[in-house]
Amino acid sequence: MSIASDLAVQNQDSMELVFKQVRKKQKIKSFIKGILFLSPSILLFSVFLFYPMLRTIYLSFFLTDASGSTTVFVGWQNYINLFTSPVFLKSMMSTFLFVLYTVPVTVIISLFLAVIANEKLKGVGFFRTIYSSSMGISVAAASVFWLYLFNPSMGFLNMIVEALGFEAIGWLTDPAWALVSISITTIWMNIGFTFLILLGGLQSIDSYLYESADIDGAGYFYKLRRITIPMLSPTLFFVITVTIINAFQTFGQIDILTQGGPANETNLIVYSIYREAFVNYQFGSASAQAVVLFILILLMTAIQFKFGERKVHYQ
Amino acid sequence: MEQVELIDITKSYDKQKKVLNEISLSIEKGEFFVLVGPSGSGKSTLLRMIAGLEDITDGTLKINDKVVNHLPPKERNLSMVFQNYALYPHLTVEQNILFGLKAKKVSKVEQQERLRETAEMMGLSELLSRKPRELSGGQRQRVALARSVVSQAPLCLMDEPLSNLDAKLRANMRVEIRRLQKRLGLTMIYVTHDQVEAMTMGDRIMVLNDGIIQQIGKPITLYNEPANLFVASFIGSPKMNLGKAKFSTDYKQLIIEGVLPIEMDPLSVSERLKDVNLTVGIRAEHIFSGMEENATHYLEVVNVEHLGNETTLAFDIGTELWTAKWPGQWMINVGDKIPVRISVEHLCYFDSDSEELLKAATAGKSQEVVAI
Repeated sequence: MSIASDLAVQNQDSMELVFKQVRKKQKIKSFIKGILFLSPSILLFSVFLFYPMLRTIYLSFFLTDASGSTTVFVGWQNYINLFTSPVFLKSMMSTFLFVLYTVPVTVIISLFLAVIANEKLKGVGFFRTIYSSSMGISVAAASVFWLYLFNPSMGFLNMIVEALGFEAIGWLTDPAWALVSISITTIWMNIGFTFLILLGGLQSIDSYLYESADIDGAGYFYKLRRITIPMLSPTLFFVITVTIINAFQTFGQIDILTQGGPANETNLIVYSIYREAFVNYQFGSASAQAVVLFILILLMTAIQFKFGERKVHYQ
Repeated sequence: MEQVELIDITKSYDKQKKVLNEISLSIEKGEFFVLVGPSGSGKSTLLRMIAGLEDITDGTLKINDKVVNHLPPKERNLSMVFQNYALYPHLTVEQNILFGLKAKKVSKVEQQERLRETAEMMGLSELLSRKPRELSGGQRQRVALARSVVSQAPLCLMDEPLSNLDAKLRANMRVEIRRLQKRLGLTMIYVTHDQVEAMTMGDRIMVLNDGIIQQIGKPITLYNEPANLFVASFIGSPKMNLGKAKFSTDYKQLIIEGVLPIEMDPLSVSERLKDVNLTVGIRAEHIFSGMEENATHYLEVVNVEHLGNETTLAFDIGTELWTAKWPGQWMINVGDKIPVRISVEHLCYFDSDSEELLKAATAGKSQEVVAI
């Protein structure tokens, strides 16, 4: 009797062991499968993202020669130099101002356009196309086009200003105006994308909600405030985050319109990195700037997620 | 008093085919009126036209004797419950219920008063601070109802409000909605595709098919005297057994689907029935079980369904599948030939070509009403 029960226990133990082994094998198998599926993106990210990032961090602790190979290890010196350099601090300042000028205006204008383009009207498709068309224009083409508009003597903008009886403005040459001009250009270029995303967000709001509100007797602005904006909040959140990141990374229009001038007024951080690396061949200090920019964007995004997401209503 | 009146209401999109064709009806104050029809029949469109969410192509809509064709929904003084409830996902139950009152700028004190009253009535007092996604289907349904009750609009429209609930909950809510309507004295227009809902809830029912009114009447009338073949097959579960029929030359027999002869009294056959193509119908509960002595036919059973309190049997009659519903439990097997009793006074006669009712069953109603 006791032998039999002993055997049974033993049997059970060995069965348990077999189960464990099988389970372990299955786990390993599914892990390998997962890695296989991920491998293309891991590979691509490694080559084009992780390696360059690590390399940048590495470079930021060195001085380099003109070809970019490291010469002297300087530790934090590059960073210390940055934060004591008036040019870099000015560049940081301009960048923040630029973000402040562009992001709210872009989002508000495109929200307004999206709301009016969401109405069921005749020919609304035409306006939707027009409003989103700046998405299809390259930065270079748009910049050249704005270059003509900003031209101090024969530009369209100054023609209007003068016709209104004011003095001509040096849009891209006056230090007081240059950053504003760049901001206007950027807002115009970004509206296409933000408009399209916001319109998509608006269209995915269930029409029943509006019908129900109609029956309840809600007016247009009441619906806008109580339904549209809250229901759009995930999209708005996304748009704001992306617009901020884009603003921090602005480069093309500056390179074409002002080359960072006048008096470094439009020398935004990415342009400053570019100049440091490829004009001054200071790869070490350029890398340090890049790292600072990276941390800045990371922080901004983290803060946004921390405070913004609370007010977002996901369905 | 007539609360809602529709006169020749027509709807068409882009001047194409008419979705609704000259619908005329009037709904009394305090009435529970059900619009029933298969999907695509235009019933929801009709409801949305009454609500003001769809334009009226042609015809006149009157609410409280006033023409309201041109008025936006909010000025029609009505409430509506949608099929998917249309709750605002970002608002709590309380905010959802108060949404309309706030929009109409009702005073804060009255808002709270009405909220408390409604929440109590609907059993939502505990749930006021929850978001819709934290509620079960039945609770969401209640919030949607509460939202329409709190508006105190005298006319309430419902668009398939129970179709997202499971069968048990649906039966519960049916009773609840009906009681609520009676208690508040609401005029209700209720759209459904479920004929059981229509039969159990409606004071009057309108059957709609392809945008055309098939019949308007009390549930029992629709059941006993279906105006045409569509209503006959749509109302009632299982549906009415139908079959093409011909009189024998001496009018002593009516032969259904060429296989089922039924004895007739030649004198009772009116002239109307003689010169048309006939379709006859008989309700499943009127095919009785026969004893050896009074059985009229012996039929082969092709399917048996035991429901506990009743037994449903199916037979092949020519090309048609007929069902019989017998109270109680019957131990019958597929393939058995069983005696049944079919008598002529339970037959409804329809014109096969126009599909209209020619003569309703004479026995059915009087007997059963007395029996209850």
